[in-house]
Amino acid sequence: MKSVKLSRRTVMAGAAAAGALASSTGASAQGSANVLRVVMHSDLRIIDPIWTTAYIVRNYGYMIYDTLFALDAKGEVQPQMVDKYTVSDDKLTYTFTLRDGLMWHDNQPVTSADIIPSIRRWAARDPLGQTVMGFIGSMEAKDAKTFEIKLKEATGLLIFALGKPSSNVPFMMPKRVAETDPNTQITEFIGSGPFVFMRDEWKPGDRAVYTKFAGYKPRSEPASGLAGGKVAKVDRVEWRVITDQQQAVNALQAGEIDLIEAPSHDLLPLLKADRNIKLFNWNVLGNQYTMRFNHTTAPFNNPKIRQAVLYALNQEDFLKATIGDPEYYKVCKAMFVCGSPLETMAGMEDKLESNFAKARQLLQEAGYNREPVVLLHSTDLQVLTNLAPVAKSLLERAGFVVDMQSMDWQTVVARRVKRDPPTQGGWSAMLTSWVAADILNPVMAGFFNASGDRAAFGWPTDPEIETLRARFARANTAAEQKQIAEAIQRRVSEAPTHVHLGQWYSPGAHRGNISGWLEAPAPVFWNMEKGRGA
Amino acid sequence: MISYILRRLAATVPVLFTVAVMVFLMLRLTPGDPAAIIAGDNATTQQILDIRTKLGLEQPILQQFFIWLGGLMRGDLGESFFFRKTVFELISERIEPTLSLAFLTIVLAVAVAIPLGVLAAYRQGTWIDRVVMGFSVIGFSVPVFVIGYLLVYIFAIQLGWFPVQGYQRIGNGLGPWFRSLVLPAVTLSVIYIALIARMTRTSVLEVLSEDYIRTARAKGQTEMKVLFQHALKNAAVPIVTVVGIGVALLIGGVVVTESVYSIPGLGRLTVDAVLARDFPVIQAIILAFSFVYVMINLLVDLSYTIFDPRIRY
Repeated sequence: MKSVKLSRRTVMAGAAAAGALASSTGASAQGSANVLRVVMHSDLRIIDPIWTTAYIVRNYGYMIYDTLFALDAKGEVQPQMVDKYTVSDDKLTYTFTLRDGLMWHDNQPVTSADIIPSIRRWAARDPLGQTVMGFIGSMEAKDAKTFEIKLKEATGLLIFALGKPSSNVPFMMPKRVAETDPNTQITEFIGSGPFVFMRDEWKPGDRAVYTKFAGYKPRSEPASGLAGGKVAKVDRVEWRVITDQQQAVNALQAGEIDLIEAPSHDLLPLLKADRNIKLFNWNVLGNQYTMRFNHTTAPFNNPKIRQAVLYALNQEDFLKATIGDPEYYKVCKAMFVCGSPLETMAGMEDKLESNFAKARQLLQEAGYNREPVVLLHSTDLQVLTNLAPVAKSLLERAGFVVDMQSMDWQTVVARRVKRDPPTQGGWSAMLTSWVAADILNPVMAGFFNASGDRAAFGWPTDPEIETLRARFARANTAAEQKQIAEAIQRRVSEAPTHVHLGQWYSPGAHRGNISGWLEAPAPVFWNMEKGRGA
Repeated sequence: MISYILRRLAATVPVLFTVAVMVFLMLRLTPGDPAAIIAGDNATTQQILDIRTKLGLEQPILQQFFIWLGGLMRGDLGESFFFRKTVFELISERIEPTLSLAFLTIVLAVAVAIPLGVLAAYRQGTWIDRVVMGFSVIGFSVPVFVIGYLLVYIFAIQLGWFPVQGYQRIGNGLGPWFRSLVLPAVTLSVIYIALIARMTRTSVLEVLSEDYIRTARAKGQTEMKVLFQHALKNAAVPIVTVVGIGVALLIGGVVVTESVYSIPGLGRLTVDAVLARDFPVIQAIILAFSFVYVMINLLVDLSYTIFDPRIRY
């Protein structure tokens, strides 16, 4: 019988040929020097930043749109598209003048006629916008570059609202686009920002591409936060979709991408150890973990029982279980975020210390009847997964009966808007996280809205909080605003609408040749440069 | 034969209709609300209701079903809730990477597994047989994502031969296209190599003891001809069946592989659509996969007539 021979030489030749093929086609596929290849926290699916509050869409908005005002690195609101503005002595008439040279991406000039419908469309969707619109009597274009807003009643919120840094951001759009029904997605994606969205190259699930807008005229001031000169220093930005976090890190280390917006915390040690990679905490205010109550049903329809929760929980346990490294979290009892102008500990001094004896006492006084707390547990988002088990453990130690129900995040999102009793598919409490820039004051922070059916899920009803929020909207000085914010926090410490569970940070990672990443509430790509090497 | 094919094709209609009904109902009955996902954290009940109305989700389920079915009859798969694109457009964009990956995987699996299986049968009981069977066990046991990470670590990060992730469209050139698919195809093919090699070995072993093999050798045929012309052809029916099953199973495999290697194919689209409760996209993809599954079964059945002339339809 003849045998079939596999000679060693044949095998070696085959292996060598395979290796040669790999290396011949395998010269590292580096992009051109002026293309920034970025992995964002999520895929871009919706491209109307007024229609949704998703952060990825807000980030997209900052690429292609511009704003009238913007928050700088010190947290102060600065003019952006606006060149100058005046306020009448009675604080009821604001007159704004647009900067010279503002152009839409179709090379048409930006005019006051575009601005007014843009403000209207934003205000129809955004809670802060809705509050401000309640003060506005009229908006009128005086000429191509000048427009006027007349208030029915003075408010200190108008300029802040027009420079609102996070979702929904009041992005300016051409008149024909801005006149779209606020409940319908826009179909034309033309802004006046530093980058142009390449609609034809947008492949959901793969990439979104932006190119530098040659017609953009930046402000002369240096870039600071979301304000100042938005100078695009790269020709092209590509948002690549890599859903697997480990693979995103591998790609960054291999030089296939330049930047990851928010690598998961468990991979940060790997990135820290790589001398070609740098970590950068671009969002210095960070994020805040939050527990939300369903106020419409037992047991959390009783304010004393909600207050018992405030005594039972402590922030450190949540932060350790989710973030782990103390470098990336901060225990902070200020509901309007530590490091913000409205930071205050009012009413919270003895809370959030896991004082179980006090919690039990409150439960007894409230007549807690051991109704189960249906706690929604999200299992598929790493930054949220460990929150519910910690909450369950602490609540049970305080004497609550907890029914923790595990599900994916999208099911939590669907479930939390149901008003059925907990035993029939409803819920009692859930945990989430806010970007700090969204909760800097009691009017913009959705969970402080205590107007019942008109509030966000959880539907708290608290006339005292609503009165204070209305007063806050009318306040004209920072000192007055601070005083009211303290009063609101004190009230919430007695009758909580939600519980804040600590601040955490998610640094970005970039190759060593990338510079100019700005500290801001949202990741922005102007001012960023790509050098050679690394 | 033609009447058999027509009958089989006609039988796909009730199968696909059943799939359509099941998928539609399951999606509506499982938890998850695309309107709440779109609306975001600050949304009021009214805002969510407005979005549900816009998406047509406030209509009775039966009405929603017939609207969708009517569209399907006209070849209209609907529009994604999230992307401002039709489902047809989304699937068209994603089909090339998935077909490319599936094609390379099957080619690689068949090209490697059949010679290995024949060799193992031919060298039954030797170290070669044991190595092939050992590989087969490992191939079955190790999860796809573990193989993927291992290959990435060695060939992309340490050696730098291939990219860590991503897909190059065939329009960008055959070289980049092939290079972007080598690691994913190897990753995905391991389990199929294990499956097909094992089946080939068993089938070939059975026929190697047949009289006609002894006759072929007695006539002075080379061992190559005996193995691949006489033995393999007669052992082909079960092997083709396993390859067919493999192609069908690939549909599940691409989901994981496309996620690990960031390939924007139908597998990733499926995962994204399920996570976002994008009903029109999920419905269309599952229907498309079901259709492919039915067609593969038909092709496998028809191929039996090529390898075994005794089989007639």
